Amino acid sequence: MVRLFLSGDGPQSRILGAILLLILFCLAFAPFLFPGTRSLETAARICIFIVLVASYDLLLGYAGIVSFAHTMFFGLGAYGVAITTQRMGTSYESLILGTMAGAGIAAVLALVIALFSLRVRAIFFAMITLAVASAVAVLVSQLSAITGGEDGMNIRIPRELTPAFRPFDEPVLGVRFSGRHLNYYLVFFTCLILFLGMLRIVNSPFGRVLQAIRENAFRAEAIGYRVIWYRVTATILSAVVAALAGSVFAVWLRYVGPATTLGVEIMLDILLIVVIGGMGTMYGAVVGTAIFVLAQNYLKDWMGGASDAVGFMPLLPDLLSPDRWLMWLGILFILSVYFFPTGIVGRLRGVT
Amino acid sequence: MPDTIAPSLETHDLTVRFGGHVAVDAVSCTFRPGELTAIVGPNGAGKTTYFNLISGQIPASAGRVMLEGKDITRLSVAARTALGLGRAFQLTNLFPRLSVLENIRLVIQARTRRGFRLWSMAASQHDLLQAADAVLERVRLTHLAHLPITALPHGDQRKVEVAVLIAMEPRVFMFDEPTAGMSIDEAPVILDLIAGIKRDPAVTVLLVEHKMDVIRSLSDRIIVLHNGALVADGPPAEVMASSVVQEAYLGKELIDV
Repeated sequence: MVRLFLSGDGPQSRILGAILLLILFCLAFAPFLFPGTRSLETAARICIFIVLVASYDLLLGYAGIVSFAHTMFFGLGAYGVAITTQRMGTSYESLILGTMAGAGIAAVLALVIALFSLRVRAIFFAMITLAVASAVAVLVSQLSAITGGEDGMNIRIPRELTPAFRPFDEPVLGVRFSGRHLNYYLVFFTCLILFLGMLRIVNSPFGRVLQAIRENAFRAEAIGYRVIWYRVTATILSAVVAALAGSVFAVWLRYVGPATTLGVEIMLDILLIVVIGGMGTMYGAVVGTAIFVLAQNYLKDWMGGASDAVGFMPLLPDLLSPDRWLMWLGILFILSVYFFPTGIVGRLRGVT
Repeated sequence: MPDTIAPSLETHDLTVRFGGHVAVDAVSCTFRPGELTAIVGPNGAGKTTYFNLISGQIPASAGRVMLEGKDITRLSVAARTALGLGRAFQLTNLFPRLSVLENIRLVIQARTRRGFRLWSMAASQHDLLQAADAVLERVRLTHLAHLPITALPHGDQRKVEVAVLIAMEPRVFMFDEPTAGMSIDEAPVILDLIAGIKRDPAVTVLLVEHKMDVIRSLSDRIIVLHNGALVADGPPAEVMASSVVQEAYLGKELIDV
């Protein structure tokens, strides 16, 4: 049963299996284990970024294609939901339609970019994705009549998914269950299904061909695989999943703006998480995202506490000041790449 | 070889120019099933380039390549492979971090056109794994099946290269110096494999080789390339005896034969 859900691709390491189970447990019961708005916010972000990062791993780690347009596809999904609900009014139909529209546009755009650039050389794909992503980011901030420009858009979602909705009169397991929690479980289960779906794809005959192309595209073609079509398909799949993650993110945040979905910083985060977690493993996305998002959200607090605790010493309080959190994140990144060149998952699986 | 057997592979005035340099110069040649043709010539004669034109890695500047009567000059490498053309490379050219078994399994998966299945599990397609096992058995690599290619010594990597070609089940086999860099003890294994392939009257074998003893023991016919042009074509004894070939193109090595 477990084997079926994991598509026969288990963690292959006891410690990794335990870490993954712990993350799954924490995310599945987050509303009860960590009550409070902020921790629920963090848990949802982890769910969504696991899918976003895993879809990037499908492209980078499995197919060996470098793209800088991944946040663009993420943004297309988010804006698809935002614009559709604004035009068609708040309903589940418009959420679904917006999600499908975002995924559809992402698929078409991915097809066009891939066909134009992947035929030539993989490096052109990286450059073209950078150009297209920048162009789209500019368009989104300029076309304020449609996208809300730099201010972004607020999204009105059905009442059942908002904190105002109370499905139960009595607290459930000590928690006053609200529509916000329902919304969280929508996020959690959508992300779980998308992740397991991708795990299935990378272990399919198609996924094996992607790995062969990553290893030696020349030979993959010589034994009879039309490399371009596999690369194009991988690009489209990865774009569609990123767009779906974006739609879920928009419904969760009830807001979409350039900085939350299209920003260069998010693209860099994705790259960092894939490398820290371990490329071409899928599980690297889970472990990497959990660590990274937690650090991003709580490192400042921890550092504030640590800074106060050593307040009597020279220099240290300054180094540990919460304003320096990016520096420490950078140091953590350099150390992890240095000590775990194959990522956390690669390390735990004993691959050196 | 009787001319009544339909040719499996033909090149008509096949030419490729790199800038002003003509690397393969209007080579017309016909290959038939049941025949092993050795392609010889000094370094830089255009042997590997001729192979690249036939298997499609390099587009031809002029001329045509015909496979079983079908013009394949404009087809992609993968399309030519699907039509029954198989090529092993001079430099070992495998999927380095994948296991030996997976290298072979991928070939059989390509041949049975199952690459585009996105929703089934590769590991549970037992027929492909069994077929891959059978190929490994044939080249005596079963004991290394689960090692990555990078862990294998050079000689065994060459065997995998031949195993890949066997797994492709082509009707036209192209070997580019299959024993290059192999030790004297290892080479006979590869040569036995090629001799075994040759026994099937339905297959055509093209072999680029430098070692004269190999050519003598295996080939039914020799063609000689020099400066990209075809300068001799015939039964081994005849070509080796030809004074033009001996003096101008093959150097002393052949005279000693």
